[in-house]
Amino acid sequence: MPVYAIPAAGVALIIIVLLIVLALVYYLVSTIFALQKITAGLDDVIGSVTEIVEKSAPVNEIVNAINKDLDAGVDMLEALLVKKAGMVDAVGLVDGLYPGAAAAGFRNFPESTTIDAPRISEVYTKGTLTLARLGREAPIAMANPAGPVLRNVEGGSLAARLLYPNLRQSAPPNLPRSPVIGTDAPVQYEQRDDIGQPRKRLPARTR
Amino acid sequence: MTLLWIGDAILLLVVVPVALYLLNGTLQAARSIVPSVRAIAATAAAGSKDLDAAALLLTTQEQVSQTVAGVAGYGGSLDVILDDAE
Repeated sequence: MPVYAIPAAGVALIIIVLLIVLALVYYLVSTIFALQKITAGLDDVIGSVTEIVEKSAPVNEIVNAINKDLDAGVDMLEALLVKKAGMVDAVGLVDGLYPGAAAAGFRNFPESTTIDAPRISEVYTKGTLTLARLGREAPIAMANPAGPVLRNVEGGSLAARLLYPNLRQSAPPNLPRSPVIGTDAPVQYEQRDDIGQPRKRLPARTR
Repeated sequence: MTLLWIGDAILLLVVVPVALYLLNGTLQAARSIVPSVRAIAATAAAGSKDLDAAALLLTTQEQVSQTVAGVAGYGGSLDVILDDAE
């Protein structure tokens, strides 16, 4: 029986090849496990994305329907406003509510963009304007109703005092002081004896 | 015999390091994808949950339709009550 002698270089070659195969097995198996995790994660992603697609599918149609209804309402209200107030006053009223809106005009009335919006607030009385300026901006004022109040509601009182006559707010030292009453009052008056007594009978009037 | 030793040396000093480098790079790349995929899955799940309220748009649509109908009726009444602009 022949015995084949393997040279030392051959043994080294076999060992090196075995090392390479072991490294291949380790890294490739690890890569497989990582790819399996990726696959599982992508399955979750696909499930969630499918839910998103299903839930968002009718959104476009519904939003379009809502916009259609709102457009109809806007068209109707614009037409009613123009019909009842007239084009000029309608533009002025809208510009008073939303400053600058007159430039945009009405959607169904292209000629409204060329109208010089009148100041609708001028037709209101002075008292109405004063009350509007004291509190949060009323629609009749020119500022944005959503803006801050013009008056300092916590500390400012000048605006409120301006509602009263000028004497009370500008020269209070000239006004007489209120009388002091009570036992410690600087001016004491003698008690009258007739107070609480029966009323004196006046003499009969003669004609 | 000498050529065999030279082949062993090349295999050990060149082929093995290159193979290890490439395999390690592939493994690290595959492992780096895993947290990204998990983050994407969590985000997609959260996005799907956020869209739960989308069903309420049906109610909104119905409410808007009723509101516009009410406004139309109110406008019709105003049209009768108020005089037109001169």
